[in-house]
Amino acid sequence: MTERIVELDVLRYDPEQHSEPHFQRYSVACQEEWVVLDALTAIKESIDPTLNFRWSCHMAVCGSCGMMIDGEPKLSCHAFLRDYPGVIRVEPLANFPIERDLVTVADDFFDKLSRVRPWLVEKQQQTLPGGEYPQTPAQLMKYRQFSMCINCMLCYAACPEIALQPQFIGPAAITLAHRFNLDSRDDGREARQQVIASHEGVWDCSFVGACSEVCPKAVDPAGALQQVKVASTIDWFREHLLPGAGK
Amino acid sequence: MSRRPFVRPVSTTRWYFRHPRYLRYMSREITCIFIGALAVLMLVALDRLSRGPAAWQAFIDALQTAYAAPFLLLILLFAVHNASSWFNVTPKAMPVQIGERFLPGSVMIAAHYVLWALVSLAVLWFAGVH
Repeated sequence: MTERIVELDVLRYDPEQHSEPHFQRYSVACQEEWVVLDALTAIKESIDPTLNFRWSCHMAVCGSCGMMIDGEPKLSCHAFLRDYPGVIRVEPLANFPIERDLVTVADDFFDKLSRVRPWLVEKQQQTLPGGEYPQTPAQLMKYRQFSMCINCMLCYAACPEIALQPQFIGPAAITLAHRFNLDSRDDGREARQQVIASHEGVWDCSFVGACSEVCPKAVDPAGALQQVKVASTIDWFREHLLPGAGK
Repeated sequence: MSRRPFVRPVSTTRWYFRHPRYLRYMSREITCIFIGALAVLMLVALDRLSRGPAAWQAFIDALQTAYAAPFLLLILLFAVHNASSWFNVTPKAMPVQIGERFLPGSVMIAAHYVLWALVSLAVLWFAGVH
C-alpha cells in the first residue's frame, strides 16, 4: 500500500469562537485507496480532535457524510482522494446553515420531507389475517428508481432554486412524494398534491437538472419533478375542462 | 454550548457563474429571448400578409438584406439549441413503461429528431421547395 501526503483546506466554524467560517489547512498521510472521509477521520484521530463532521456507514448508504468537495456536492465516503489532484477543498453542504465545521443544520429539509408524507397511506387499513399487499414486478418498476433515495441532501446543495428560494420543497422530498404516488398500494396522492403541486412545490423548479447530476444513487430527482409537473397539469385540465370531473 | 448557525450568503445575480452546469442551464433559458423574437417576427409577417402583396414582398425583401440574415441565423441556432435541449430531457419527463421495462431514452429522443425532420420536409414541400 502506497502512502502520500494529502493537503486539505477544511472550512472551520466554531459558533463560540468565530464570527464567520474560515479555511484551515491540514497535511495528512493518506493511503492511496482512501476516500475524503478517511482523511477527515485521520485528522480527527491524530491531528485535530476538535474537527466536527457527520458520518455513519462509510459505504454510500446512510447519506450522512455529504459535503462540498472542491465545490461539488459529494458523499465524502464516495470521493476517492486519487481523483483530486492538489489541495482538496472541503466545505459543509451548500444551501444549509453551518452548525459547526462540516456539520449543517438539516431541520428545514426534514420538515419539508415530513410535509410530503413519505410513507404508504393505505387505501384501507389491512388487518393481519388479510395478508400482505400484493404487487406485480411491473408495478414495482414504476417507482423503484425513486425509492433509492438515501436523504443525503446532495441534491439540495446542488439546486440553485433552493439557494434563491429557500421555501422550495426541493428535489428529494418531491421525488419521495412521487415515489409513493406511483405506488399501487398507496392512496395518499391527494394529500401530497396539496404540498407538492403548490407554488412552493414543483412549480418552483426550473429544471436546472443539477440534482440528478450530483445524486449518488442515480435517483434522477429532476425527472421525478418533471413527471409531477406533467401529472399536476393533467389534473388541472381534468378539473377545469372535463364536465363533472371537478371536485 | 450555544447554537449560532452560520448562513452563507448567496449571490442572486451571479450564482450561475459558480458551476458550468448552471451556465449550461442559462444557455437553454436565454434561448427564450430569441424564440420570443421569432414569435414577434411571425406576428409582423401576418400583419404584412394582411396588407396585401406589395407589403408582403417588401417584408420578404427586408428579410433578405445583409442585416437580417445574421439575425435569422442567430434565431435558427438558438431555436435548434432550445429544441434539442428539450428533446434530450423528454425521457425524464415522460418515461414510457412497457411491462417491467422502460423504453430506452435514446429511442424517444431519436423519435423526436425523426419527427422534426419529417415536419421540416413537409413544411419545405408546402413552401414549394422541391
